[in-house]
Amino acid sequence: MTTADLLGKILQVVMGLAVFAAVVGLLIFFIDKAPKKGRDYWQLALFLLPAMLFVVIGLVYPAIRTSLLAFQNNSGEWTFDNFIWMFTQPAAIRTLINTFIWVALAPIISTAIGLAYAVFIDKSRGEKYYKVILFMPIAISFVGASVIWKFVYEYRSGDREQIGLLNAIVVAFGGEPVQWMQTDPINTILLIVIMIWIQTGFAMVLLSAAIKGVPSEQVEAAQLDGTNAWQRFRNVTVPGIRGSLVVVFTTISIATLKVFDIVRTMTAGNFDTSVVANEMYTQAFRASEVGRGSALALILFVFVLPIIIYNVNVLRKQREIR
Amino acid sequence: MRIRRHRRWMAPVVAAAAVGLALTGCTGDAANDDAAEVDCADYEQYGTFDGAEVTAASTIVDIEADRLNESWADFETCTGIDVEYQGSKEFEAQIAVLAEGGNAPDVGFVPQPGLLARLAQGGWLIPASEPVEANVDEWWAEDWKPYGSYEDTLYAAPLMASVKGYVWYSPTEFEEKGYEIPKTLDELKELSDTIAAEGEHKPWCVGLESGDATGWPATDWIEDYMLRMHGPDVYDQWVTHEIPFNDPRVVEAFDAVGEYLKSDDMVNGGIGDVSTQLTEAFGTGGLPILDGECSLHHQASFYETFWNPEGGDEVSVASDGDVFGFLTPPANADDPQAVTGGGEFVVAFREAEEVEAFRAFLSSDTWANIRVSIGGTVSANKGVDPENASSELLVQTIQILQDPETTFRFDGSDLMPGAVGADSFWKGIVAWIGGESTTQVVDAIEASWPAS
Repeated sequence: MTTADLLGKILQVVMGLAVFAAVVGLLIFFIDKAPKKGRDYWQLALFLLPAMLFVVIGLVYPAIRTSLLAFQNNSGEWTFDNFIWMFTQPAAIRTLINTFIWVALAPIISTAIGLAYAVFIDKSRGEKYYKVILFMPIAISFVGASVIWKFVYEYRSGDREQIGLLNAIVVAFGGEPVQWMQTDPINTILLIVIMIWIQTGFAMVLLSAAIKGVPSEQVEAAQLDGTNAWQRFRNVTVPGIRGSLVVVFTTISIATLKVFDIVRTMTAGNFDTSVVANEMYTQAFRASEVGRGSALALILFVFVLPIIIYNVNVLRKQREIR
Repeated sequence: MRIRRHRRWMAPVVAAAAVGLALTGCTGDAANDDAAEVDCADYEQYGTFDGAEVTAASTIVDIEADRLNESWADFETCTGIDVEYQGSKEFEAQIAVLAEGGNAPDVGFVPQPGLLARLAQGGWLIPASEPVEANVDEWWAEDWKPYGSYEDTLYAAPLMASVKGYVWYSPTEFEEKGYEIPKTLDELKELSDTIAAEGEHKPWCVGLESGDATGWPATDWIEDYMLRMHGPDVYDQWVTHEIPFNDPRVVEAFDAVGEYLKSDDMVNGGIGDVSTQLTEAFGTGGLPILDGECSLHHQASFYETFWNPEGGDEVSVASDGDVFGFLTPPANADDPQAVTGGGEFVVAFREAEEVEAFRAFLSSDTWANIRVSIGGTVSANKGVDPENASSELLVQTIQILQDPETTFRFDGSDLMPGAVGADSFWKGIVAWIGGESTTQVVDAIEASWPAS
């Protein structure tokens, strides 16, 4: 690339931005001049139009196309083969099971640890610092975190010096080093630990903020009634932060369902650790089996749906109470 | 107040200046080469064009891409065709999508015959023109033509090539201990047993880890053994699924390889036990040879550049140097030489004279000689002078490829459908090394073979 090319490209960007500004300006000008009658609707429709357009192009159309592709084979014929494959091939079934294990463990444990931590450090001295410590992993990308944990789980055979923390501990206590990432089913659990490590900070920060929002009058009233700490936590704090709990839990659940980076970086789906999102990518883009990939995407969508519905329902109920 | 107003415009200006400066770093300001010194006699046959542009793309990036650009610089000067090359690691995954959307480059270098067939099946490829076909017939061994064809139509000529199935060793160690280079597969096994029995170190070092492609180096082993144990015809039937993947002959090849890869006596020299093959990167798998902790490493000719991971030439790759390679031997000493290998194919997505002129040039012996002289690779083009190659090993590789007695077969996993060749075969290897039996593994791969 020469300097002239660069200048040309910068000029293109500037021109593009200018054209965009001109079009938007013109649009707003005309909206303003719209006929008085039903002007509100006109304005609403025109302002929504660009966003709707992007939603249709970027979300609705691909979703429909993916659904159709899921029922086609590579030559474009209609078939249920992709779903038959998904529910009969041992490797594919294992993928589904693993995804369930992930969703069953990661959100509950991260929320529980986050909540317990938030309660214990609440109003303690140095609360800020305790928070920072737990919150830090969330600033690390999934791939970065996986690279770090890869070293923790690293294996050296026999008498060689263990460079992995976990195996070093095992050997220090006189055990035999273990190929953690190749031992099924402990490997999936160890991958989930990474997810929990990242997400606990998120849960803790949100729940800590929610706990501070619980009116102190309620806590004091409960105290006067002679409750112990556990009863107060159970009957005052938890109901008070229910909304936040649901949001945290569902957010982590959805993040867990979509988990891809951790599995791909740590094991690439080998050793029976694959999950739906990873298999979806592998099938669609590496194995060129677009139909199978689409079918997995569709299943993932079906899995996420109940969580979102639950989330929306709880939030709606909360609003009604208020 | 004054200072604040000053600051308000200072910040953006400073930012813009910084970004501008940073961006100028991106520009190479590469001056166009002078046309004066180029002898255009070789290029007259391709004609001259005014302002024609050909876009090309492939998986080849970085220094290899620069070398490609260099190889056709004179062609551009003499014919007036401007070749715009763009390399991307994601080329293989994207090309079918681009073609379907009508956004494919004019020319693509496809490294897999399976992918070429899929593109041809989609109706996106332009058949090769007469000059290209004439070049293929004249300059390439018969084995190559079917790989560039789909349903008896030639779509592409080969570009570069690599030979798989080299066994890397240390010539010094062989000389000191009096080991002979094995001439049959049995002798290779005997040699391995001898090294294992001497007990200094395990004979083989293997690295199969390659991110989400983990396992592929072992598929090369299986392919080498299939071709050598059962011959090219069975090999062809295997990759085209005329015989099932769980055929007894495939099991035989797996078991023969398993005597090495699944045995703690044979692997993994300098690295650990059998399971460490799956965690050792393929790029570093052979390096224990340099430390005298292992004797043999199986990997393609391209591994030559891996011996000096930091660049330079500290480790000499030569028959009298630190490391060198011999070809995996045939099953019987008098069997004809058979090798597996890989290469790229030059497909076209746009029908135009300048595109075909470019393709004709790339399939000529002129281009092959230019590219081989630049170094680092070889071509199977019979017009290449082996002496042009940049190293002893590459000279030997060209001689193998040009030898009329050599049977050449393309890397089998590149010929199989993606669901097998780029997925279940690799996963099968991982499970196999992990302890599953050969029968379990070949049955699983057979079951994954797509119906259509």
